[in-house]
Parts: sequence; structure tokens; C-alpha cells
Amino acid sequence: MSDNTRPLNEDDVRHVAKLARLQLKDEEIIRFTEQLRSVLDHAADVASLDLEGIAPTAHPLELSNVLRADEVTASSDRDEVLRAAPSVADHRFRVPRIVGEAP
Amino acid sequence: MNAGEVSAVALANESLQQIDSQEGEIHAFVEIQREQVLRKAQAIDDGVAQGKNMGVLAGVPLALKDNLCQHGEVTSCASNILSGWRPPYDATVVSRIETAGVLIVGKTNMDEFAMGSSTENSAFGPTKNPHDTTKVPGGSSGGSAAAVAASMTPLSLGSDTGGSIRQPAAFCGVVGVKPTYGLVSRYGLVAFASSLDQVGPFAGSVADAAALLEVIAGHDPKDSTSLNAPAPALSSHLDDGVKGMRVGLCNELLEGCAPDMVAAIKRAAEVLSNAGAEIIEISIPELKLGLSAYYLIAPAEASSNLARYDGVRYGVRVDAEDVTAMNTATRTAGFGDEVKRRIMLGTYALSAGYYDAYYGQAQRVRTLIINAFTKAYSSVDLLLGATTPTTAFAIGDKVGDPMSMYQSDICTIPTNLAGHPALSVPFGVGDDKMPIGAQLLGPALSEQQLFQAASVLEHGANS
Repeated sequence: MSDNTRPLNEDDVRHVAKLARLQLKDEEIIRFTEQLRSVLDHAADVASLDLEGIAPTAHPLELSNVLRADEVTASSDRDEVLRAAPSVADHRFRVPRIVGEAP
Repeated sequence: MNAGEVSAVALANESLQQIDSQEGEIHAFVEIQREQVLRKAQAIDDGVAQGKNMGVLAGVPLALKDNLCQHGEVTSCASNILSGWRPPYDATVVSRIETAGVLIVGKTNMDEFAMGSSTENSAFGPTKNPHDTTKVPGGSSGGSAAAVAASMTPLSLGSDTGGSIRQPAAFCGVVGVKPTYGLVSRYGLVAFASSLDQVGPFAGSVADAAALLEVIAGHDPKDSTSLNAPAPALSSHLDDGVKGMRVGLCNELLEGCAPDMVAAIKRAAEVLSNAGAEIIEISIPELKLGLSAYYLIAPAEASSNLARYDGVRYGVRVDAEDVTAMNTATRTAGFGDEVKRRIMLGTYALSAGYYDAYYGQAQRVRTLIINAFTKAYSSVDLLLGATTPTTAFAIGDKVGDPMSMYQSDICTIPTNLAGHPALSVPFGVGDDKMPIGAQLLGPALSEQQLFQAASVLEHGANS
């Protein structure tokens, strides 16, 4: 088995949680590490196969880009879409401060 | 219905009364649309009284899985992060069933974002199996299966990414169909794993499932992965039988299954044989790799699809000092454990250094599985096997051990990886008197043959 499939550890879980914008408590890190490791252990049957020359499949249908005619059609109602948002200002989605900017 | 012999209002009331008497025990629904359904039923009765044709399924009550968007009605995916969200549009399947005169009575419970095999991962609490309320109904479309099994509605819709229609159908003793990928529009189905997700019907009978699939199938310009194919003719071929059909009894869909399950599926093979099918024992070893490949591919796609829940455009927000902290606080509070596990698993499988070893390998295994199916379908028309390794398990049994929960999808997953159709039809009961589902699988767009064979099994189940 290559180094690429070494057992998952708690630092890996901390790292992917950060990438996925999730905050985990210490006890969750321990539990998730154990659970994810058991899934990846099972996946060793796939990770260890020699599949040289086999093309990957990303999608079951052989579709190329599908385009419709460039005609104006009705869009969603802006106010209705904005009503579903947690915070709105001036017909736009409102978000908290973005890095370095004043609120 | 259109002849005016039975009223839509009466059918709606019958459904609501059954929900009132059963729902406290079963918890199939997350939202019941009492006033809306009675209003719609009255409109249908008025139309019929004026001599109008109100649709092929006019006045038939239906339960809708909570990951299908319905304009203005709460659509939560059984997740706190979408709690109270009302979509600004209808899913294409919702528009189609409404045009056909269906009465949507409510939204059904599910595993959060369709991730699970028992409906225990719902933010709103588990659904119970109507045959034994100590058992799970299966998942992720457990509420939709239970609603039909408990006679609350004759029809329901679910979604199947790795077995989420067929497995609960088997556990609850109803018919469940996963159509060919692209046959039914995914527009308005909240995405889990886009290359695997497909909407499909639950029903109490093969004929009812066929009628519903005919309504929802067919090309949709709003879904770029929609097949440019017409809806298949199913109802008119239900009695065509299986004479001359070659059916592969698939070793990999039986080994590892409980003895009572294996015995039932062998009886199902006999029923097909007695009806004129040729039964051929077949082995497709590549199917064994399906589980691992699926639990890399589906989480990888999910980690990308669920990045959209960032507290900005819809759903709940947990405020924090800046955007990144707000995103993190929102997702941490909004997602349940199973969703977090899959997002992290997918993020890991896609991350630098592991992409080739996990996601890349899983995609190549997907090719192997498709090629293996293609080879099998050069010698048989359909495959037969179990839908699930065992009958319904007890609530609480597997929820603490994700890998053992995932194993319950082992017979249903390969179909999704290939994009093929498959269905589960009730076929007797196990030693515990719980329902058993026989699974029929076929190549792309073989729905007509699948329904013919399912119809034979349905009639032969008690023989």
C-alpha cells in the first residue's frame, strides 16, 4: 500500500473539517477519525487495485455540453428568492464583514 | 375519477384520516398540507363536474419526499440547515404530477440530505416501520415508503442515490423503482450526488408504480442530464409476461444475504421460470467493489454539492464576526453527524495527495462495474437478486456504526454507479415475518421488461 493510503489520523480530520468549514469538538474529532478510518479501511479493496489503462467514469451518460436556444424566458421572481435569504439589504444578499474590510 | 364515480375530496379525506390515525406512531411526514390538499381536491371535483379531464392520476393522494422542491411549501431535506425554507419554484416531477391531477398531501421524512439507510438521520426524529414499529423503515426515503405501507397514501415519490428507494421499499413491503439515470428530471431535486441521484416512485402495486413513472418520466430541458427519450410505455405491457426472457440469478446479489432472504429469492426465480423465463446463474465479481467505490464517489460529490449551504442565500444563518466564521458556525450548527461525516470523507477523497488513490480509483472501478454489467447483459435480459441482505433491522442497531449501516446498501449500489434501472417488489416475508424485497435489474431503458417481470413476481409472491 502506498503512502497515499496511510491510516487517516486526527490531524487529517482537523484539516478536512477546516476545508469543509466545520468546527469539531475534541471528542467529535476522535469519534469521526475512528469512523472515517473504518470506511477508508474498507476502501482499501478499491485503492489497492492495479487499474492502469482503465478510463475513469465521472458520469453514467455520455453527454457533451447541452445548450438551449438563446431566447429570453421567465426568471425566478427576485423578491421571492430574496425572501428566503437570512439577511438582505438593497435587493442583495447581505453578509458579514469580508477579510480586512470595515463592517 | 374522471367519470365522477368517486370524488377527489373523499379520497383526500380518506388519506388524511389514515394519516391522523397512524402518524403518531409512524412519523412518516415532516409536513402535512391539509388545507392545500382539500382545496386542490375540490378544484378537481369541480373540473370533473364541468366535464373536464383532470388528468390521468386525478384525485390520487401522494406523499412527496422532503428533498423535492414544491413552490412555497416547506422543503427541508430533514435538515436544520434548511429548516423553514420555501422554494421559489417547483421540481419538474412536482409540476408533472400536479398536471396529472395528483393530490400532494405532504412532505415525507428522510435521512438528512438523503444520507442514510434507516431514516434515523433525520433532524426531526426517526420514522418507524409500519410492519413493526421497533424496526427501521429503511432509508433514505423511509417516510415515503412508510406512508404507502401504512395506507396513508397509495403513491409516493422518493429519490435513489445508492438504494434509497429500493431498500426502504423492501423493508416496508411496497414496490419501489429506481429509473434509468436521466429518465426522470432531477430539476428541483435537492442534490446529494448528482451523477447517481434519480427520482422514482413508491406504490402498493406494480401497476400503480408504472402509472406514476409514466407521468414523471420524459425529457426536461431544465435538466441538462435529462435523456432525450420519451416516457416508456409500461402500463400497456404489464401483462406481457416473461416467456423467453433470460433472467440472471446473480450470485453477488445473494451471497452474504441471510438464509431466509436467499430462499425467498430462489423461490422468486422459480416463479419466473414457471412463467416461461429462462433462469441462468451468473456471477459478476466486480459488483463486490461497488460499496467502496460508492462511499468514495457519493461523498466526494456531496462535499461539493453541499458547499452551497453557507448561510448566505437560503436556510438558516448563525451570525459571526466575518464571512468565514459565519459559514463555519452555520454549517456546524446546521448539519447533523452523518452529513458532516460524508462531507469530510468526500473532502478527504478529493484532497491533494489522495485524489488519485481514492476518488480516481473509485471512478475507474465505476468503469469496471459498467463493463461487467454490459458483459452480463449480453447473455441475460435482466438480473434477479435480493434488494437487501436482511429484512428491516431494529431502530438504534446500526446508527452508531456507519460502516455497518453502509453495508445494508450492498445490493442496491451497483445499479446507481452504472446509471441503470432497478426495482424492488415485495416477495414474501422472512423468518421474522418482516417483508422481503426481490430486486430486478436491467440495462439502461429496460423499464418495460423490468415491470413485466415485476408483475409476474407480484402475482406469484403468494403462490
